[in-house]
Amino acid sequence: MLRRRLGVAATGAVLALAVAACGGGSGSSAPSSSGGAAAGSDTKSEFNAALTQVVNPSDKKGGILKFANGGDWDSLDPGDTYYGYSWNFIRLYGRSLLMFKSGVGKEGNQLVPDLAEDMGKPSDDAKTWTYKLKQGIKFEDGTPVTSKDVKYAVERSFDKEVFPDGYTYFNDFLAWPKDYKGAYKSKDVNTDSAIETPDDSTIVFHLKQPLSNFDYFAQLPATIPVPKDKDTGAKYKEHIISTGPYKFEKNEIGKGFTLVRNDQWDPATDPNRKALPDGYEVSTNVNADDIDNRIIAGDLDVDVAGIGVQSAALGRVLPDPAMKANSDNPTSTRLWYTSINGNVPPLDNIDCRKAVQYATDKVALQTAWGGEFSGGQIATSLLPPAIPGHEDFNLYPPGADNKGDLTKAKEALTACGQPNGFETNISYRAERPKEKQAAEALQQSLGRVGIKLTLKPFPQADYFALYAGKPGYAKDNKIGLAMNGWMSDWPDGFGFLQQIVDSRVIRDTGGSSNISVRDPEVDKLIDQAMKETDTNARNAIWTQIDKKVMEDSFILPNVWTKTLLVRSKNATNIFVNEAYGMYDYLGMGVK
Amino acid sequence: MVTYIIRRLIWAVVMLTIVSIATFAIFFLVPRLAGATSESLAARYVGRTASAEQVKIAAEKLGFNDPLVVQYGRFAKGIVAGADYDYGPGVEHCPAPCFGYSFLTRLPVWPDLLNRLPVTISLAIGAAVIWVIAGVATGVLSALKRGSLFDRAAMGVALAGVSLPIFFTGIVSLVVFSYGNPFRITAPGGSFTPFEENPAMWAYNLILPWITLAFLYAAGYARLTRAGMLETMNEDYIRTARAKGLNERAVVVKHGLRGALTPILTIFGLDLGLLLGGAVLTESTYSLPGMGKYAIDAILAQDLPKVMGVTLVAAFFVVFANLIVDLLYAVVDPRVRLG
Amino acid sequence: MSFLELKDLRIHFPTDDGLVKSVDGLSFTLERGKTLGIVGESGSGKSVTSLGILGLHKGGRARISGEIWLDGEELVGASLEHVRTLRGKKMAMIFQDPLSAMHPFYTVGDQIIEAYRIHNDVSKKVARKHAIDMLGRVGIPQPDRRVDSYPHEFSGGMRQRAMIAMALSCDPELLIADEPTTALDVTVQAQILDLMRDLQRDFNAALIIITHDLGVVAELSDDILVMYGGKCIEYGTSEDIFERPEHPYTWGLLGSMPRLDREPTERLMPIKGSPPSLINVPSGCAFHPRCVFEERTGGRAKAEVPELLETEGGHLVRCHLPRERRRAIWENEIKPNLEAS
Repeated sequence: MLRRRLGVAATGAVLALAVAACGGGSGSSAPSSSGGAAAGSDTKSEFNAALTQVVNPSDKKGGILKFANGGDWDSLDPGDTYYGYSWNFIRLYGRSLLMFKSGVGKEGNQLVPDLAEDMGKPSDDAKTWTYKLKQGIKFEDGTPVTSKDVKYAVERSFDKEVFPDGYTYFNDFLAWPKDYKGAYKSKDVNTDSAIETPDDSTIVFHLKQPLSNFDYFAQLPATIPVPKDKDTGAKYKEHIISTGPYKFEKNEIGKGFTLVRNDQWDPATDPNRKALPDGYEVSTNVNADDIDNRIIAGDLDVDVAGIGVQSAALGRVLPDPAMKANSDNPTSTRLWYTSINGNVPPLDNIDCRKAVQYATDKVALQTAWGGEFSGGQIATSLLPPAIPGHEDFNLYPPGADNKGDLTKAKEALTACGQPNGFETNISYRAERPKEKQAAEALQQSLGRVGIKLTLKPFPQADYFALYAGKPGYAKDNKIGLAMNGWMSDWPDGFGFLQQIVDSRVIRDTGGSSNISVRDPEVDKLIDQAMKETDTNARNAIWTQIDKKVMEDSFILPNVWTKTLLVRSKNATNIFVNEAYGMYDYLGMGVK
Repeated sequence: MVTYIIRRLIWAVVMLTIVSIATFAIFFLVPRLAGATSESLAARYVGRTASAEQVKIAAEKLGFNDPLVVQYGRFAKGIVAGADYDYGPGVEHCPAPCFGYSFLTRLPVWPDLLNRLPVTISLAIGAAVIWVIAGVATGVLSALKRGSLFDRAAMGVALAGVSLPIFFTGIVSLVVFSYGNPFRITAPGGSFTPFEENPAMWAYNLILPWITLAFLYAAGYARLTRAGMLETMNEDYIRTARAKGLNERAVVVKHGLRGALTPILTIFGLDLGLLLGGAVLTESTYSLPGMGKYAIDAILAQDLPKVMGVTLVAAFFVVFANLIVDLLYAVVDPRVRLG
Repeated sequence: MSFLELKDLRIHFPTDDGLVKSVDGLSFTLERGKTLGIVGESGSGKSVTSLGILGLHKGGRARISGEIWLDGEELVGASLEHVRTLRGKKMAMIFQDPLSAMHPFYTVGDQIIEAYRIHNDVSKKVARKHAIDMLGRVGIPQPDRRVDSYPHEFSGGMRQRAMIAMALSCDPELLIADEPTTALDVTVQAQILDLMRDLQRDFNAALIIITHDLGVVAELSDDILVMYGGKCIEYGTSEDIFERPEHPYTWGLLGSMPRLDREPTERLMPIKGSPPSLINVPSGCAFHPRCVFEERTGGRAKAEVPELLETEGGHLVRCHLPRERRRAIWENEIKPNLEAS
């Protein structure tokens, strides 16, 4: 399951600006500058500069970078962490089989080998993936890293009782022995059916089904090696054994930690990391407004959570040209949308679903999500611009002013046999004021063509399990529309689309995030994509799926969220990595 | 006296039990009444990808399926007798008082509390020293120079101090004295140096929070002292003291202030007790990793064992402070001393 | 020169409502070993006078003029600090309500020790011994134990004894007792008065007793000064005041004197009305609105402020009634009534 539910970050804190530099998002790729060393290139301090180029490029070593986190890591343990920022940051102290390149914009979406010598070698119809490890990679204590350490790391991450925070990709896709319970509880079980290590530098993964993009799994932090004799389970996060250029010096969970250089890290094995600063000081659970103020003042370098400034700082940064010029506004891979449930009449009729698309006032919706500056970019399809396979298209042009095409909406209603409109319910999560506002905006704009919506709030903890996500309940209670959101775990069509458009994830018992898309053709296309090992061909399939779902009109996209990031005054090599939608933490140095 | 203290301590234990039951009920009973199931409670504490089966396992492991009484009993037993918890490769014993381990961090709560206590104690004691000295001195001067410019200015500032919220004064103080200021008098938030490590850095890092917090309280103490002094300075015994030929300073301090001290001491004990349980706003504003910040983080994350831990420690301090106040009362005011 | 001499003492307090003339032109003299009783209703200025002598109004809002001579030193013009050194040492005061006049948080002993050590550079130990001696002298049983008691642990009479011990601890030459027995019950009153008389003899101090009750000063005083509205209205020896009183107000005081054979509330000749406002002092004689014999002055009482005039042998009276008429009224109308009871 790839559910990465939204809203862990404070809902009010996610800010966004208008269209700006991400406009279009397709095609044109960023200028080259691997690892941020765009020596000689002339960078100016201007708004959104770090989206397309390296700001303050430099190769100077030394200095300490200061990071702060408004909350705390779910866990620093590579087997138990599930925040994008954590995956961005973890590259400083851990090396997974593959990694996202430390590069500007789209370049950062590119997977490159890290522990592995090369990308994965698929065989057996993409059901078996083989990686060769580089020679000379050591743990911070000098012990050489072997493929068995990687295998152990994956096995231990299986135990969700010990590591509840992490994802379950490996649990779900590898061919584990029956009743396997992970490295702790199934100590002596032979797991060669799932992972083989024929020698110390080879690791082979066996999957239950073909998976063309397994390389994305191989970049997950769960493949960062863990030495078995140093593993302390739930307590390992306090004493992590580093394989990256930095290791933990002091680590107080809940307060912060410091990283210092790891002398066992050999740059010769690592073309991806420049390791410029001498160390990192990270404090956690810091007041969010305090973080913003300190970054603006130059006392702090990075808000590690990468979700953008608070509204107080937003009000300071945007009106001030100098401050604005020192900020960036990336679009994240998060989509807020409304599910249109084809099980609830008259929405079982495609024309009635289309009427909803046409009648929607996209500007009002954007305002509801926080407006032009703190809402997001108006979305016309599913795949966010940062994800390969995204294509600009709009099947339901909402008029020149973006406020809906009422004529087309009425035509659609007539075609559906409901010329005067109809009545249905719209659900949202009661704890989320922005979802409520968006639902109200829809209530207003659909009301213009006679579609009457009744608001139905539900507690978010049971939203999918008991209410909007439970097909029987949704149908019986006429929940025709449901507010929803999704964020991709990595910039790939599979990671973004599979969980929200594959009808086979819908279960009668509820709990799935897909609550409306039921199209056998889409399912077929997904299977096709999962087998296609050619990246370009695969991405083309995802584009096709996106278009098909929009044609079916099972989803009404609202906005792709944006965040406002403020650059450090003291740091060099500042650029946004699209894989994470925030500044790349690997490239940064100190002035 | 000894029986009195023992009686009060027994009462304290009873109070703590009641507080713990109430906190427990708020966290478990109220959501249940609102329709939450064991699974939906557990869903908050597992990863975002957990399947229904995994949530079920978590609910079982966290004990959400047991009757509430059993859950409370387990919790209470942990405090009295300690508890064991499984950290994966093995089982660790968490000695009493064990508030269990956090659902979220999977770490025992008690070491966290011990870790944070010095921060809160440093903050509370430092601020208390400042506010008592500043507040009482201002109050005395205001009372003696009643109606003067000083009195009016001081009472104006005091009113501001009582009315302005910490998150305002705190942020203003940071903007003025800290952010980007090369001559800043304190490090930006999130810094705490233990006293035993470096007393100078300890004070340097805490001076702004101290002053901000003290400002809030000093204001109240100034007003309280002023009112008390105005009352006692009109007492007959002040006239007596003067008639003895005592100099004015001794009259004010030894007789006037001494007479006005009782209510101040009472309030002080309670204030300090409350603060030792965590100065939530100050610690949040300055990102000080103390009990208050811990509490607020735990509440936002709905991490019950942490909340229970802080609540009980805070309640303990309040009850303890009450006890100390009651005992001090007898020391301060001999008329209270009864058999 | 007399030991204590007040010349035209005026103590005025400016207030928002106007100037309060609490003491308005008071003069008298007192010798060592003698006792003066100052009698008047509350607000007549008698307490303000005593505090004025001690210099306790100095440095406050009060406007003080006139002269106070104590043992050859003028005090109105003296420095605050100098007067402070005299307080407690040269002149001391006993207050009305010893429960409120003693600090509730310090032991009786501590308070006496403090008084003693202000003026005597001695160790705490010596001062404590002195305090125990003093408590013994004022008749407190087991003084070495009671020295560590708090005021609230004493009975009313004991407290007043302790207060007296405190006042006498530095052997003062002038002792002012402000309503020393008012808060006490009748039997205790007599004991305290006896004690004061004995002590005055032992210490050879000048004593001023301030009271609203002529009965208190009857046996104790050599001279009596009757105050009304901040002024002296009659002054004479104890005999003058009790045997030949000439002011209608004094008659009233005599008539309302509580006696052992009467209920304290039962008054023979109550004075009607209430004490005068000190801001809007009645025109003419301040007493005229309450005076039964006002018509007999032929209107002068309303118009003119009477002067304090000597009738005979140092007996001073401030009244418009001709002397003969006053005598006649006393002999024929007042005295028989008082004796008849």
